[in-house]
Amino acid sequence: MAFLSDEKIKTLQKKANDIRQSIVEMLVEAKSGHTAGALGMADIFTLFYFHILKHNPKDPFWEGRDKLILSNGHICPVLYATMAHSGYFPVEELKTLRKFGARLQGHPDRNFLPFLETSSGPLGSGLSQAIGMALADKIDGKDKDRFIYCFMSDGELDEGNSWEAIMFAGKRKLQNLITIVDRNNIQIDGNTEKIMPLEPLADKWRAFNWNTIEVSGHDFKSLNETVEKAQEMLEKPTVIVAHTIPGKGVKEFERDYKWHGIAPNKEQGEMALRELRN
Amino acid sequence: MLNPELKLNTKIFNEDVERESIRKGFGLGLLQAGEADKNVVALCADLKESTQMQLFAEKFPKRFIEVGVAEQNLVTIGSGMAAAGKIPFCGSYAIFSPGRNWEQIRTTIAYNNRPVKIVGSHAGITVGADGGSHQMLEDIALMRTMPNIEVFSPCDVIEARKITFKIAKTNKPAYLRLAREKSPIITTEETPFEINKAQIFWMPDVGIAQVGIIATGEMVYYALLVAKELETEGIKTKVMNLATIKPIDKDATITLAKECKAIVTVEDHQIAGGMGSAVAEVLTQNFPVPMEFVGMQDKFGQSGTPDELIEHYGLGVKDIKEAVKKVLKRKTS
Repeated sequence: MAFLSDEKIKTLQKKANDIRQSIVEMLVEAKSGHTAGALGMADIFTLFYFHILKHNPKDPFWEGRDKLILSNGHICPVLYATMAHSGYFPVEELKTLRKFGARLQGHPDRNFLPFLETSSGPLGSGLSQAIGMALADKIDGKDKDRFIYCFMSDGELDEGNSWEAIMFAGKRKLQNLITIVDRNNIQIDGNTEKIMPLEPLADKWRAFNWNTIEVSGHDFKSLNETVEKAQEMLEKPTVIVAHTIPGKGVKEFERDYKWHGIAPNKEQGEMALRELRN
Repeated sequence: MLNPELKLNTKIFNEDVERESIRKGFGLGLLQAGEADKNVVALCADLKESTQMQLFAEKFPKRFIEVGVAEQNLVTIGSGMAAAGKIPFCGSYAIFSPGRNWEQIRTTIAYNNRPVKIVGSHAGITVGADGGSHQMLEDIALMRTMPNIEVFSPCDVIEARKITFKIAKTNKPAYLRLAREKSPIITTEETPFEINKAQIFWMPDVGIAQVGIIATGEMVYYALLVAKELETEGIKTKVMNLATIKPIDKDATITLAKECKAIVTVEDHQIAGGMGSAVAEVLTQNFPVPMEFVGMQDKFGQSGTPDELIEHYGLGVKDIKEAVKKVLKRKTS
């Protein structure tokens, strides 16, 4: 784990802002897609792709890489934008999001973009796949060499499959697995606590024998320290419940569940870009 | 007569024919595959003994993964392990897997094209006493409509073992359908077996067959009983064992239709969307002939012995014979 200097934090903040601009631009161009979660997770994706992950964008299939599984595939604009900005493919390609024949499918699809760790979209099954990868590394004695990271949403904790997975990882003490829950409190139809209450969420994970840490999803310094702590935990899998602001960076979009599943139109996009560029 | 080239069990029509469960063949094949390749792992949803995975679990405890009664987790963990280079066999009852976890199989295994092997035991009406809720009669339809995944339904314990061993090496997703009850052993160790190839098990001593019977799973035995009885009545038939339902052996299916010009399909599954439907899809496009379907007729089952249920729901020897005679009439009228 590399030291995160104040200077580097500034670079990351700038990078995250660039990524947010790309997210807005690609969604405007696509005319559909998910805005709130993508903007809300931009800081976390930036920290991982530009500081934490052991990876090589020029050799995406590198055997020794850390693996990052995006379970809630609908926030893929942030995944694509971060991958492009870190060098996996040209930033220009982001404009092809959701277009016929494009590598950047509406939900992440390995058939089109083979170096994704998995195809995802239907909720609740990403964590199990991350578990399968972590377990395979344990069987092969590679679990000290790298980490398996799973990014998931709070809304997909409504899915039974998620809890089957959480129970299993606790049983097998998968210390090489680190999960980040995007705790943004919204899902398509409204606030999570109204649709299907998740609280006390951290207590639930603890009860399932996970090392559980809560942190702001926008504070690079404490996020980084939290991931370090997770990496040092040798007895249990770790979940980082990251409190994020959906739509983060554009006041008009922030904290409003209506922006979960829609894209900004041209005018809204221009307004958002002006705010981000300020 | 039994096809002499296939070296089938000559005792098949005797009272004292050896019987063994098809699922047992999976257990033996899994052990064999595990010995041959250290990447083979087995995942189980609290049904180790019933799915016959205990042989593998005892020999390779570190490669045996118990997920509890959680079939969605069973296959999605399997998908992740396959992504990391493992060859996972995920075993449960067919009613739960692929019954309960169909979307997880679709997205994480078929769509991702991960070489996970879904093993559905206790398939069909012949699971018997457990009753209708446990009799999986829609799994062939569920799985054969899914791109990338291959579908297998072995006729006996030996064929099940051979298929299990072979699919461990295919690097493709697969569904393996298994019956619970002990059933007559039709093939032998010497029977040549090629994955994805249908085989003619029964043929007329001389002359051309008037009806082709295509059967799968434990129903192949019933088809053979029918063929032998019909021979004494002067009706010549061929019986084809369709163990690989997908990809279907088009050449063998069309060849059989060209020779017999009438086809009867027999399966322990709903007629809608099952093996017979797969055969019909091939024949209607290539060589349409009159067809009759023996299978479940849009119904759920109930408790009973396999024999009682097979008779009640119209899957038995009497029903197959009637179907043959009916299709013969249609052919000549």
